Amino acid sequence: MARIAGVDLPREKRVEIGLTYIYGIGRTSARQILEEAGVDPNTRVRDLSDEEANRLRRAIDAGFRVEGVLRAEVSRNIKRLMDIGSYRGVRHRRGLPVRGQRTSTNARTHKGKRRAIAGKKKVPRK
Amino acid sequence: MPRSLKKGPFIEERLLKKIEEMNGRGEKRVIKTWSRSSTITPEFVGHTVAVHNGNKFIPVYLTENMVGHKLGEFAPTRLFRGHGGKLADKRARAR
Repeated sequence: MARIAGVDLPREKRVEIGLTYIYGIGRTSARQILEEAGVDPNTRVRDLSDEEANRLRRAIDAGFRVEGVLRAEVSRNIKRLMDIGSYRGVRHRRGLPVRGQRTSTNARTHKGKRRAIAGKKKVPRK
Repeated sequence: MPRSLKKGPFIEERLLKKIEEMNGRGEKRVIKTWSRSSTITPEFVGHTVAVHNGNKFIPVYLTENMVGHKLGEFAPTRLFRGHGGKLADKRARAR
C-alpha cells in the first residue's frame, strides 16, 4: 500500500504519474521528487518498496507544500485579497473571473451553471 | 510579464515626496491623487490617500496588507447597478 501525504496512490500507474494524484504535485514536481528520492520514475506504484516510499515521503516533506497546507495557503491568499478590498478580492467575492476575462459570454468556470433570469423574454427563432 | 527589478516599483515621484514629507513631520493628511498605477510601499502604511476613479476621489486607508498592490486596485472604476427590468430597477434604487 502506498499512502503518501494522506492520499492513496493508484497502484497500477507509474510513480511519476501516481504522484500527481496528490494535490499540489504535477508532472514537474513529481519528477523532481523522484530524482531527489532516487526512485526510478518508471516503477509501478505497487512495486514500490517500503523504503522507497519512505524516501518519497521525506522528499515531499522537505521541499513541497501539498494537500491541506497548500489548500489553506491558497484560501488564505484569497481571503487577504477580499479583506483589503482590492479589485481582485471583490471579483472573488462576487464569483466573477478575477483576471480581466470577458463576462458577457463565457466565464462559466468561475460563474458556475447558468442561472435563468426571471422575466427575460425568449427571442423567437425564425 | 512583471516589471524589471532593476527599475524598482513604480511610484509617482510627487506622491512619494508628499508622503515622505508627511512622514518626516509625523502628520496625517488625506492627499488626492490621480496616480492609480503607483505601487503601495511600506512608507504609505497608515496614511489615507484619495484615489481618483475617473469620477471622484475614493479615500483609501492603507494597511500593511496592501503593500505591493497598486492604488487603483482599491478605487473601482465601474459601478454595476444590475441588469435591466423592473426588478433590477428596484434593487438598484434600494441601494
